[in-house]
This record gives sequence, C-alpha cells and structure tokens, in this order.
Amino acid sequence: MLAFITRRLLLLIFVLFGVSVLLFGILMTFSPERRAATYVTSPQQAKDIPKIIKQFGLDDPFYIQYFRWMKEVLKGNMGWSLVASRPVGEAFWNYFPVTLEMNLFAAPIVIIFGIWLGTLSGIHRDTWIDHTTRILAIVGWSLPTFLFALVLLMIFYGYFQLFSPGVLSDQLTMFIIDNPETFTRFTGMYTIDGILNGRFDITLNALAHLVLPVSTYVIVVVALNMRVMRSGMIEELSKDYVMTAQAKGADKKTIYIKHARRNALLPVVTVAGQLVALSMEGSIAVEVVYNRHGIGWWLAESAVQLDMPVLMCICLFMGVVFVITNLTLDILYAYIDPRIRLN
Amino acid sequence: MTEIKEDNVCQPREPLSASRFRRNWAKLRRNKAALVGAVLILMYVLSALLAPVLFTGNPSAPNLINSLETPTLKNPLGTDELGRSILGRIIYGSRISLLIAVGVVSVGIVLGIPLGLVSGYYGGKIDFSIQRVTDTLLAFPGFLLALALVAVLGVGFKNTVISIGISMVPMYIRLVRGCVLSVREEDYVEAARAVGTRDVIILIRHILPNVMVPITVQTSLSMGMAILFAAGLGFLGIGVQPPTPEWGTMLGSARSYLFHAPHVATFPGIAIFLAVLSFNLLGDGLRDALDPRFKI
Repeated sequence: MLAFITRRLLLLIFVLFGVSVLLFGILMTFSPERRAATYVTSPQQAKDIPKIIKQFGLDDPFYIQYFRWMKEVLKGNMGWSLVASRPVGEAFWNYFPVTLEMNLFAAPIVIIFGIWLGTLSGIHRDTWIDHTTRILAIVGWSLPTFLFALVLLMIFYGYFQLFSPGVLSDQLTMFIIDNPETFTRFTGMYTIDGILNGRFDITLNALAHLVLPVSTYVIVVVALNMRVMRSGMIEELSKDYVMTAQAKGADKKTIYIKHARRNALLPVVTVAGQLVALSMEGSIAVEVVYNRHGIGWWLAESAVQLDMPVLMCICLFMGVVFVITNLTLDILYAYIDPRIRLN
Repeated sequence: MTEIKEDNVCQPREPLSASRFRRNWAKLRRNKAALVGAVLILMYVLSALLAPVLFTGNPSAPNLINSLETPTLKNPLGTDELGRSILGRIIYGSRISLLIAVGVVSVGIVLGIPLGLVSGYYGGKIDFSIQRVTDTLLAFPGFLLALALVAVLGVGFKNTVISIGISMVPMYIRLVRGCVLSVREEDYVEAARAVGTRDVIILIRHILPNVMVPITVQTSLSMGMAILFAAGLGFLGIGVQPPTPEWGTMLGSARSYLFHAPHVATFPGIAIFLAVLSFNLLGDGLRDALDPRFKI
C-alpha cells in the first residue's frame, strides 16, 4: 500500500509540473508585445512597450520566464485581475466561498439521491420505476446545464416571481456593506455567516437564492452517479452470493442493502472524480445564468475579456483540485479493493 | 464525461461477417431508445443538407420591424431580437453544430488513435512520454480545457473545433491504448510478428480492427459532447460568433429577452437538447448492441 501511495504521489508531482508548464506554454503563445500590452492603459503609453518588455524580461527564454513565474506563484502572487480590478489571489478568496457554498449543498444531495435512485432502479429492473429513472438519467445527461438553468429561471423567477437570481437580496447586501461592524463575514458563505451572526433572516434569504442553482446542479450531475449505481446493483444481484443468501432465507431487504448495495457502491467511487469534473463544468454555467459571482462566473468573464492571470489561476486551481481528488480516490479504491494494488 | 472501462472491452472478436452484422443490427433495432436517437440524428442531418430548401432566404439577415415576434404561420417558431426567423436559424444552425461535431471527433480520432496505438504497442519510453502528456491534459475537466484553449486561440468556428477537439484527444488515446494492451500479446499478433510483418501493418491490420467497437461507441457519445461543449462556448459568447446561426450563441443572446420573449431561448434550447440526446441514445444503444460487456 505504501509503495502504491508513493508511486502515485510521485506521479502527482509530475502531472502538476506538466499542468503548470502547459498553462504557461499556452500563455507564451502570445508575442512579448501582446503580453506587454496588458500593462498599457492609455494610447500614449504604446511607445513604452519595448521598455516594458525589457523591464519584465518578456523576451527571455521560456524556462527563465517559467521559473520566474513559478517563483511568484509559489509565493502566492498570481498577478492582477482585470475583471475583479484587484490582485488575483485576493479576488480568488472573495469568489471562492460562493462556489464552495453551492457545492456544499449540492454534493450530499447528489450522492444520496444518486445512490438511492440507482439502487431502486437496479432492484426493480425493467419495471416502470427503472424506466422512469433511466429516462430521467439520460435526459439529465443530455441536458446542457445552462439550458436547464435558464428553463428553471424562466419558470420560477419569470413566471412565479420566486427565487430571484444572485446570492442575496439587494436590501440585505446593502445592509451588510453598510454595517460591517454588526455583520462579520467569517466564511464568506452567507448561509453560515448568517447563523454565526445570529441573523437567521440572512441565512434563509441566502438559502432561497440557492434553491434554483442547487436544483440545476443536482439534476444535471446526478445522472452519472445513478447509472453507475444501477449497473452495479444489477451486476451484484446476479452473483452467486446473492443466491446463497436467498437460499439461506435472508429477507430481500438484507440482501439488497447489506449484500448487494455495499459491493455496488465500489464503482461509484471510481466515477466520483468525474462527478467533481462535472460540478466544475456545471458551476460555470450555473453561476453565469443565476448571476452568482463565484469562481465559475469569474472564469467565464475572464475568458470573454481575456484576463489571462485569472484564467491561469483558475485552471491551475481546478487542475490541482481535480488531480488531488483523483489521487485520493485511487488510494481510497486501492484501500477498499486490494486487487487494484497488485496491478 | 462518459468514460469506457478499459478492461475486457477489446478482447479478440469473431471476424467481421454478414451474419454478425445482421445480428448486431437486429439488436440495435430492438433497442427503441437507440432507434429514436438514430431517427433524430437523421432528421438533423437532413435539415442540415436541405437547409436552403427548407428555409428560403438568409437566416442571418436582420428585419427589425418583425423583432421578437411570437410564433405565427409565417414564422412558426417566432423571430429573434433582430427579427430573424428562429426556425430558419435553427435549421441552418444544424449545419454548424453537425460540422463542429464531425470536426471535433476528426481531431480526436486523427490525433488520438495513432498516439494510442503507438503508446500501447511499443510501450517503454514512448508510452511513458505519451501517457504523461495525456495525464496532464486529463488533469483538466474537458470543458475547462476547451474554454482555456479557445480563450487563447480566439473565438470562431475553426478555433472552437480545434479547442474542443484537443480536449477530446486524451480520451481517445486512453481508450485505444487500453485496447492495444489487451490484444498485444495475442497469438495472432505474435504470429504476425514472427513471420516478419512490419509493425505498421500489424497495427493497422491486426490491432486496429479490435479497437473499432469502442471507438464507434465513443465517437457517438463524443459527438453529443462536442455539440454540448460548442453550445456552451457559444452561450458564454466565446464560441462561433454572430451572425452565424449557432444554437448556443442564439441561446446566449436570447438571455436578455428571457422573461418577455421566452420563445427566443426555448427553441434553440430544444434543438441543442435533442441533438445531444440523440447522440447519447445512439451511443448507448450501440454499446449495448455491439458489446454486452459494457456496463455503464
């Protein structure tokens, strides 16, 4: 096991290095002049471009610039964000809680709902329950996140005037900005900060703003989880030990829950990495449509305005999160299923 | 998104024959969902091919007097903010979306299959370097990679295809490599090598046919994903640019009129959804018909 983890950790360093080189390489496809132009704010300064190139060493060889950049990144300096008009590192911590909050609410629902539906579908294979869940799954799978988000917004906000977009109502946002001394932003997540400050109306308001984003998320992401769980259940239920348990007179519930579901949960661990990827992709669309200023919104906005430091920061961040998630899952899987370690 | 398990997928199969084809075809035909998918795809292909017949006039020419009309006999799906027929734009949009899908999987196949074959067959240092590059690319969720690439390459049809195509390459490499590894040690490959067949011939004649089934399935699913990604980029405003009728771009500009002219967003949305759905249904059906060992 230790050898396995060591090997995977070494590979992780390799991949992280590759990710940073790739990102930097993408940036370096711009000419030094174009990169220097980001420092220019007025047309009069245009003649300073050669000076800027020299000052920041923008025409140095790739590896020198890469190491210079890496040194700054490791020190926590990610550059200046045009979209947020503040340093990228500082802006990141401003946007991150919004995305984290949404994921904290959505993840348990996705996991529990997916496992429950998948189990149900697998047990009642080829009945109407199975067909309904499967149709739901393939629809959720094919439905673009931004489209589903728009549809929900159109119905619930446009028609019923419920669940407005944003993170918090304007009134409460103004209150928080005006009274920084009475409302401390401990976590940056309004639902939690509301409780910590004893302002339950803020928590409730923030929760109401989370209803549509979290629903969108769950419907779009749950399909994968459910499909894997379903096929896992079907496979496990066809195995000999299930027949043995039946022959010994175990009741159905015991067979389903204690025997089959436990084994069927294994493959779900392997797709958890894909779930994380899906939720990253999903957060872009959800935050853009519901006007929640989180990481996904920031990324989309930066891609439109070509805010390169932000693009690199978020890609680096998401890449690192994704790689570490996959590593954790690999180790977890090797721990649960010893056969993996031998390969 | 949908990844195919590498193990046991590409064991040597019975040779291609008419009876095998008939059996698989019968299986596919019994799968109603796949059939629905195939029919829908056919519809999209036909509307792309017959676009000038189905809709006369220029789908991009503005006609401001008629802007944001609700559906009428003349404009069955209504008009958008510039008074252009939404039906016409959806019909012409199927050309763009299908072309993107075909372009993307071509990039994936052209780069992914050879790299996967070489990586799996030769092993060693070549395999190691190709796999580490693949690891690096796989470290990003697909849409994120496409988004970052398109931001750097610039917007437009060509760059959309290249960006999404590159984000699909690692998936093909992994798929092909896994298959190659499982058939590399088979007797017939050994025999071919023993009689001195060149590596290129072995790869193409003996190994590639074993990879075709998972590639076919993956291609159908990838086309759905390509349409989804392209629409996503278009929606964010960094995909195919207006006035070209691209579904995602149409949806993106319809956002501003979401509440007082919901039909402008609804119909392109349905077009995207059905296109993605049909490729996914067909892909699932193909998987069930061609290889019962696929589980997910």
